[in-house]
Amino acid sequence: MGNPAILLKDLDISYGSTKVVRDVNLSVAEGESFALVGESGSGKSTVLKAIAGLAPDWTGQISVLGQPRGHGPDSGFAKTCQMVFQDPYGSLHPRKVVDAVLREPLKVHGLGNRDARIAEVLNAVGLDQRFRFRFPHQLSGGQRQRVAIARALMLEPKVMLLDEPTSALDVSVQAEILNLLKRLRAEQGLTYLMVTHNLPVVSFMCDRMAVMNKGEIVEIADAKQLHSGDFSHDYTRELYAASGAEAV
Amino acid sequence: MTATKPLLDVENLRVSFPTPTGPVEVVKGLNLSLGRERLGIVGESGSGKSMTGRAILRLIRKPGKMTADRLAFDGVELQGLSERKMRDLRGARISMIMQDPKFSLNPVMTIGYQIAEALKAHENLSRRDVQARVIEMLQAVRINDPEQVAQMYPHQVSGGMGQRIMIAMMLIPRPDLLIADEPTSALDVSVQGQVLDLIDELVREKGMGLILISHDLNLVARYCDRIMVMHAGQVVETCAAKDLHKAQHPYTRGLLAAVPQMKETREVLPVLDRSQWGGT
Repeated sequence: MGNPAILLKDLDISYGSTKVVRDVNLSVAEGESFALVGESGSGKSTVLKAIAGLAPDWTGQISVLGQPRGHGPDSGFAKTCQMVFQDPYGSLHPRKVVDAVLREPLKVHGLGNRDARIAEVLNAVGLDQRFRFRFPHQLSGGQRQRVAIARALMLEPKVMLLDEPTSALDVSVQAEILNLLKRLRAEQGLTYLMVTHNLPVVSFMCDRMAVMNKGEIVEIADAKQLHSGDFSHDYTRELYAASGAEAV
Repeated sequence: MTATKPLLDVENLRVSFPTPTGPVEVVKGLNLSLGRERLGIVGESGSGKSMTGRAILRLIRKPGKMTADRLAFDGVELQGLSERKMRDLRGARISMIMQDPKFSLNPVMTIGYQIAEALKAHENLSRRDVQARVIEMLQAVRINDPEQVAQMYPHQVSGGMGQRIMIAMMLIPRPDLLIADEPTSALDVSVQGQVLDLIDELVREKGMGLILISHDLNLVARYCDRIMVMHAGQVVETCAAKDLHKAQHPYTRGLLAAVPQMKETREVLPVLDRSQWGGT
């Protein structure tokens, strides 16, 4: 396997003078799908932001595919690692058509053959070519999230950071997006680091998960353990019970 | 069904919006009869479930239009009432909990004042009585230290607490019917349970009617007696909550199957075939 896809060592992240994440140690293997779970305010999204370079105030070590990550923006890094945000309604520019949204990363990185690449990526996320010149407000929530995923795939990254990719969507649309993410991972050999508070989604999508509470990782568990509910930490058991483990 | 007359009786409810290509009906002839029970309305976005909730309170904004053969609450036909009479009814007899506490609370008013406002609009009480009711209500929604919270502003509290404050605000005039439109979809799983347990407990205690609108089938099944599944403005199926897993309609079955399970072993989740439904 060589280098892990994502390696976090003694990571502390602060916003101003408040330390929100303490002492995170994590290693995600290449091709693995790893989940960060916890309630809001537990710091799980902040970890993703730090990896993506959106929360630059951190100490410790972050490396992706063996390359240590600096604190500032890094265009080489953007080619290997991309992020998909929670709210498809907020993450697309309202006055740019899908084509322009997808073209932008190619322009920034000076890549050629743009039309063919855009057509190809639209196919990959299951969007018809007729959506290419539409504005975000002409698309449904599920279609917008597909565009956001397409944008992340534009640069052919190896690692994807997913911040609650389905929590703004209906169950039926959620199923479509989850299937899509699973298929893309198999087809393109991607590594996922996914933030969610939905444990059944973890059970469907992920191999392992880390449970966060109040800025710290309390337990790293196998997704299979969700079948039996046998966890070592009290907080994880609480979360498991709150997710309606007994129902259905 | 109870022997007494229903709390809410709706026949052939229609809501439509004009578009350049002619009016679009978002609720197409809905019939509903509700006693003092808990009814869940489930459906995808765009199925017309929220519009149904709003139509009951006559809150459809122009240019939207609503018509019904009958829309009676506690024996009174609502369609003929003046706006002023409607205002007396809203909040006092029927109240509604909205989806997101962040956008539904007034950011420049203290929490105590907002809750008191809901009460003062409908009842004539002395200032001391109002204050006492506010504190009592905050305690009922399990807020520790209610005196202090009453003096805070909405941005100082968390999402779960904000939603509990909304509930306090809606329940303080002691309504007979509560419409909860996705009351927990802006909240975490762990807080979700607490908020719903609370609504459930208050509804049972006071013998209110509840309409819970959500897209989460399992959640609705856990908290309601009866479930109505809506699709494209129509009710496709009504069943008792405990019989949900026996649901017949392919749309309901499709929705149920699309939910990931805690003990997931399926490689691919089944997806609704939209072409069959004419698309939403």
